[in-house]
Amino acid sequence: CLSGIATVTKEGGGNDVQWCFSQVKGAIDDDVAEADIISTVEFNHSGELLATGDKGGRVVIFQQETENKSQPQCRSEYNVYSTFQSHEPEFDYLKSLEIEEKINKIRWLPQKNAAQFLLSTNDKTIKLWKISERDKRPEGYNLKEEDGRYRDAATITTLRVPVFRPMDLMVEASPRRVFANGHTYHINSISVNSDNETYLSADDLRINLWHLEITDRSFNVVDIKPANMEELTEVITAAEFHPHQCNTFVYSSSKGTIRLCDMRASALCDKHSKLFEEPEDPSNRSFFSEIISSISDVKFSHNGRYMMTRDYLSVKIWDLNMENRPVETYQVHEYLRSKLCSLYENDCIFDKFECCWNGNDSVVMTGSYNNFFRMLDRSQRRDVTLEASRESCKPRQVLKPRRVCAGGKRKKDEISVDSLDFNKKILHTAWHPQENIIAVATTNNLYIFQEKVN
Amino acid sequence: MINTMECSVDAQSLISISLRKIHNSRTQRGGIKLHKNLLVSYVLRNARQVYTNEKYAEIYRMQQYEEVMTVCNEIQELNPLDLVEDCEEQTGDCCGSATESASLCGALLPVSHQAPSAQHIQPSSACSVPLALQSEEVCKAPDPSFYRSCCAEVYPVSNCDFSPVNSMHCNKTTVLDLDTHVVTTVENGYLHQDCCASLQQCCQGAQSPAKKRKLDFEYYVSEIEEVPDFTPCKRAKFEDSSYASTEPLDTSNISNLISIFGSGFTGLVSRQADLEQALNGQFCSKQALASLGAWTRAIVAF
Repeated sequence: CLSGIATVTKEGGGNDVQWCFSQVKGAIDDDVAEADIISTVEFNHSGELLATGDKGGRVVIFQQETENKSQPQCRSEYNVYSTFQSHEPEFDYLKSLEIEEKINKIRWLPQKNAAQFLLSTNDKTIKLWKISERDKRPEGYNLKEEDGRYRDAATITTLRVPVFRPMDLMVEASPRRVFANGHTYHINSISVNSDNETYLSADDLRINLWHLEITDRSFNVVDIKPANMEELTEVITAAEFHPHQCNTFVYSSSKGTIRLCDMRASALCDKHSKLFEEPEDPSNRSFFSEIISSISDVKFSHNGRYMMTRDYLSVKIWDLNMENRPVETYQVHEYLRSKLCSLYENDCIFDKFECCWNGNDSVVMTGSYNNFFRMLDRSQRRDVTLEASRESCKPRQVLKPRRVCAGGKRKKDEISVDSLDFNKKILHTAWHPQENIIAVATTNNLYIFQEKVN
Repeated sequence: MINTMECSVDAQSLISISLRKIHNSRTQRGGIKLHKNLLVSYVLRNARQVYTNEKYAEIYRMQQYEEVMTVCNEIQELNPLDLVEDCEEQTGDCCGSATESASLCGALLPVSHQAPSAQHIQPSSACSVPLALQSEEVCKAPDPSFYRSCCAEVYPVSNCDFSPVNSMHCNKTTVLDLDTHVVTTVENGYLHQDCCASLQQCCQGAQSPAKKRKLDFEYYVSEIEEVPDFTPCKRAKFEDSSYASTEPLDTSNISNLISIFGSGFTGLVSRQADLEQALNGQFCSKQALASLGAWTRAIVAF
């Protein structure tokens, strides 16, 4: 087991992946419409499809073009495949509250047939969408004209067999299931089980287990609501199923703990099987200690042996066999520790950053401010800060590492902490399951970067 | 101990910022965010702890100063011939002044709660450590308005009397939880449950495993609000038994207070002038603190 804190060493050199710009999606102008703010990004299991959800309740799916064999250096691009309105704003008359249509999470189901399925959720309702292609159209009906009008039966003198003729590809998205009324509080996570039959959904206080075919009921597996709400001390912030063990899931809390639960142990998993917690460093105690220790994301590694958590200032890698401390801790933007007061005032301290693993679990990625994102190489103990910016948008332009100057004399090419733009935040990132292709969401743009191919 | 050095904003400002955030969250689209409000309540608690520590330090120094001045005055009036009697008198006066001080401590509690159980309260226990006296008298301190306003800042419930802003009857809150259909009344800190609802609760208790599995069809109404408890002081005050189970932070709070009270007094004379000036200058934040009671009761239920 490795332990310790990774620090910036040198960039560049031998085995490092160099990232270059591939594409950017979204409006160019600086005036961002609130509905266009990207709220979730997710590759499907093959990496061929990339889905984004936004604050306006829309889902946009991009598809990777089949590779052009004659031009291997021109990596295949992602183009819009399907766009649909997943959720609409609703009004809860009982509570006099509006339910936001913002898509909190999208999770793909493994592909079973020609169609693709994904789950999308807002604060209250989860929907299963089927995305299917239509590239043939039946022609030659006996009773109908081509435009659909019915023919006068008296005019039919012959019969023919209708045939399928090719047509322009049409991608249709249709809602197949609506899982409503399962949550009193705001849904923060959904996770599909490895059994491909069930999935979990988590809100602030409860986790429910659903069957993909059954919409009118769910099992409650975790309930941390206290009998007296005045005694509430923590909420659930994220939850995920183990990638291989269909009985195991984890959930993180606002107190910085992660609980691993085994559904074989009992039907109600209020008692955890494992509790992962690192004792707080008392010398770092401040007014905001509770806020910055709240975990915003938890992700299992692909091999299922580790999990990663993200809190406000750091990323931690945990070995599932060791509960008392993480095996690795990476500082994302430690220079913000002295700015917590200002970040509290402008609400940035409540930003929920996500994190993700690469395909072979050797590198992890997470976002930061000023449209910076961080790549943390576990195997080489290196980390690099890159920027998603319109200024580095030339095709195949290599991204230059960025450096933040925490204090003292600012070197050339460094940016000082006070110059960082805290309105430009990268909360959502995704890594292709097999290749070195990453999708990075700024406020309303989606950047796709690829590994430089020599 | 919270390290306040890194913070450019003082505890009072943090309190008002936090209260503003909680207030604004009520009108946010999508409903109140439980997670964010919980985190804000932690900042509020931390800031209050720092603020009350500072305030108690000031009060203690003021009180010590008063004692010293009283004793000095007594000594000046002493007639060498009346020495023997005066010793007793002096002791009595010491006790008397101690009584005054203890009643000062008593005044730090809401008037309705000056029961022996108040001994468990952190500030009074901190007071009683050096003074070893407990009084149930209403505060007789020389400057009642000053001390009362301090009290008001410390304990929200007592704000009823002092804060003109707060027109709410702040020692009674009703909460309806549509998850469980239980109506809960928080009155003077004691939890009641309406009879019919409690019967239902019994039934629900018996069926709790099944209940856990049932689908949560009900939405809840946040008609009248419930306070997420971010004041460890308040909880300790209302339930003796809960004192043992309060968070570890409470213990550290006591030890901080004791260490403050035990540290003696320095620069007392200058302190008086500073304090008066501070009172005038900090009126705005004091108002914010005085209306703490109103805000705490206005926190939305979940």
